Amino acid sequence: MSGITHHIPDELLIAYAAGNLDQAFSLVLATHISMCDECRARLGAHEAVGGAMLEEFAASDQSISVSSDMKARLMDALDDPFESPPTYERSGIFPAPVMEALGGLPPKWKPLGMGVRQSILSHGKNGSVRLLYIPGGQAVPDHGHNGLELTLVLQGAFSDETGRFGVGDMEIANSDLEHTPIADEGPACICLAATDAALRFRSFIPRLLQPVFRI
Amino acid sequence: MLELDVEPALEVPASPVRVREDTSRLRERKDVDKTKPSEQTPSEQTLWMLAVRDKRDRVAFGQLFDHFAPRLKGVICRSGIPPGQAEDIVQDVMLTVWRKAHLFDPQRAQVSSWIYQIARNRQIDVIRKERRPVPEELKQPEEVQEDASQIVALEQETTRLREALARLKPAQREMVEKAYLGELSHSDIRAETGLPLGTIKSRIRLGLERLRHELKGTETT
Repeated sequence: MSGITHHIPDELLIAYAAGNLDQAFSLVLATHISMCDECRARLGAHEAVGGAMLEEFAASDQSISVSSDMKARLMDALDDPFESPPTYERSGIFPAPVMEALGGLPPKWKPLGMGVRQSILSHGKNGSVRLLYIPGGQAVPDHGHNGLELTLVLQGAFSDETGRFGVGDMEIANSDLEHTPIADEGPACICLAATDAALRFRSFIPRLLQPVFRI
Repeated sequence: MLELDVEPALEVPASPVRVREDTSRLRERKDVDKTKPSEQTPSEQTLWMLAVRDKRDRVAFGQLFDHFAPRLKGVICRSGIPPGQAEDIVQDVMLTVWRKAHLFDPQRAQVSSWIYQIARNRQIDVIRKERRPVPEELKQPEEVQEDASQIVALEQETTRLREALARLKPAQREMVEKAYLGELSHSDIRAETGLPLGTIKSRIRLGLERLRHELKGTETT
């Protein structure tokens, strides 16, 4: 897909490749990579570094060995029947990783007020990830972040103090950023958004509603 | 940050070899080329993996196991997992290699990179008891024609990457290991100025160009 201008920075891509990124952020990255050949290629390159680390790791350490019967057990298990986990395919604007998080079902939208809707995909102590639906021209209440927030556009576009984000673009907001994203006029903006900490709203009403909406 | 060295032109074999249909031809070529530097043929690991993929070759799988199982155990133990559980994960990873062999594409990833990625996924699946989100698979064209020169070129780039990593100062090398073996968070990586990202990026640049080219060829939309 062309026209993507906001990509994944290396530190997030390396942490993802190395398996050291929380589930919520990993979902946003896997979804962006599904839409962005540039980042897919960059991930491949980082995995090449990971492969080099694996290749050379034990070369310097002869003391590492695997128990002798493990290979025999494995060779015996090769023909065992097995069930592949279900695979999901892209459906409309939702790439395969989002469909997997949705369990293959359409999103269950819940109103957040002002026409904004959300569908929570997962919510836990290590962060949460949700789909957001923002009608064209509508603003999301002015907010800051206690941690990191990744927002990936799946449909439409939004703009805020830092720039414009169209389909496939990923915004990275950290604790420095107070922003008021506004959806472009036209079709609703649908985003995949992950956070590792609660958002900080400036005005009272959204703050009051935070526990209810789990944002 | 290091400058990008001038790379020698790649030696491309005159005629592309169709690997999918006949990997044995590659083996023969390897025998013929024994006296020359190994640059003309894919590495042993790639040939083993292709034999597993195309012929379900158990002997080749055993060789892959002998090569990778101790390495996998080493990196898994390093992340603090006890040896017994590490062996379970190694077994799980190698079984996944056997079962998902049809997805191996030597033009896009080296065997070591492919297995690294499987190991990271399996480790997370087992430890966190949740499936790590992975990007959707690219649609494979119906008729796959693999080009031995492409495979070899990717391996040459990886070799140069490894040489560059080997030239790092011990402290930098340690940071790279920590970052890629999952011991640094994204904010650590961002803050870590000793991490030679410049070297890594300049070394993987050619690989990136190739991957981008490959990806363009597989785009279906």
